[in-house]
Amino acid sequence: MKTVFVTVGTTSFDELIERVTSAEVTQELKSRGYERLVLQVGRGALLPAADSCSHLRLEAFRFKDSIAEDMRRADLVISHAGAGSCLEALGAGRPLLVVVNDRLMNNHQLELAAQLHADGHLLYCTCSTLTGTLRDMDLSALQPFQPGQPKNFANFLDKALGVK
Amino acid sequence: MFMFAAEAAFVFLFICLFFIFRFYIVVKTGRNHRPGTKGPVSVLVVAGSGGHTSEILRLMEHLSAAYAPRHYVIADTDRMSEEKISTFESSKPQSASETHFIFRIPRSREVHQSWSSTVISTLNALRFSLPLVFRLQPDVVLCNGPGTCVPLCVAGLLLGILGIKKVLIVYVESICRVQTLSLTGKILYLISDYFFVQWPSLRDRYPKSIFLGRIV
Repeated sequence: MKTVFVTVGTTSFDELIERVTSAEVTQELKSRGYERLVLQVGRGALLPAADSCSHLRLEAFRFKDSIAEDMRRADLVISHAGAGSCLEALGAGRPLLVVVNDRLMNNHQLELAAQLHADGHLLYCTCSTLTGTLRDMDLSALQPFQPGQPKNFANFLDKALGVK
Repeated sequence: MFMFAAEAAFVFLFICLFFIFRFYIVVKTGRNHRPGTKGPVSVLVVAGSGGHTSEILRLMEHLSAAYAPRHYVIADTDRMSEEKISTFESSKPQSASETHFIFRIPRSREVHQSWSSTVISTLNALRFSLPLVFRLQPDVVLCNGPGTCVPLCVAGLLLGILGIKKVLIVYVESICRVQTLSLTGKILYLISDYFFVQWPSLRDRYPKSIFLGRIV
């Protein structure tokens, strides 16, 4: 079952949850072949009920110890701009659409999402442009994300400190 | 009386000059120091909290068993980090003796804390950091951005200035920082021996930094 996983990390982002469960967006998702919508809503005030969506099968929860399984099972991840969430989705090799909370300006967390977008690793929009972005997106154009190389750090340090 | 005041002023000036001179020497010559040639390298790892902890553990994935013992410092308000560290350490090959320890110190700055109270709590954190670093005398302090690492690095620097032991300060700026350094990064750029950044735009702006691509 083609699944969309929406995650807001440890923050709250009710505007996104409201938008992504709207008739307009769920219809768009359905027409792109998605059948299931899983929401991680964090500290938000909204926790949509399972029967509140007519187009898709809906599940919602606040937090889990690990969302790795939800990431792995998703065919599309829609995330807030938090660095942890972005890196987890890209690390799991999932197509990622980041929705920026424009009420949080000058948040340095946006730096990373913006850069990853500039490098073609993810799609990037705001709540108001979400529907259009979902309609026009081409996930096959996304650049694969290579994981960072802690081995290079270890090698450098070994050499610098004279460790054999 | 005048003579005494003049003498005291002279002594004070001399001590200040000595500290500045030693500071200069310790920071300039840090990279000549190679503790690994003399056996195991003890590391003080400043884990901080949340995302910082995950990131620093990832950095340490490929450090060999020569980096031992590993002393982790976490904020006393942090519950998750201890668990993450224990999971990470138990995934390493077991050795005969205990090779990792966890210490808790007061946070020097909670997110959203005002700047004036930050000064007070940083001084408070220094009160814990100095005795800890002077007791452990690590070869390396490894950190990646939580405010807690500033007092610990200053304590390490002081060991060097006083000629007790050269403590290498290794700083890795968080992968979240693409265009600008964090406040901690800006401070530690001045006193660290190895300063890593993970994006080319920061490398271009900070010539002393080391860029090996993304390393977490």
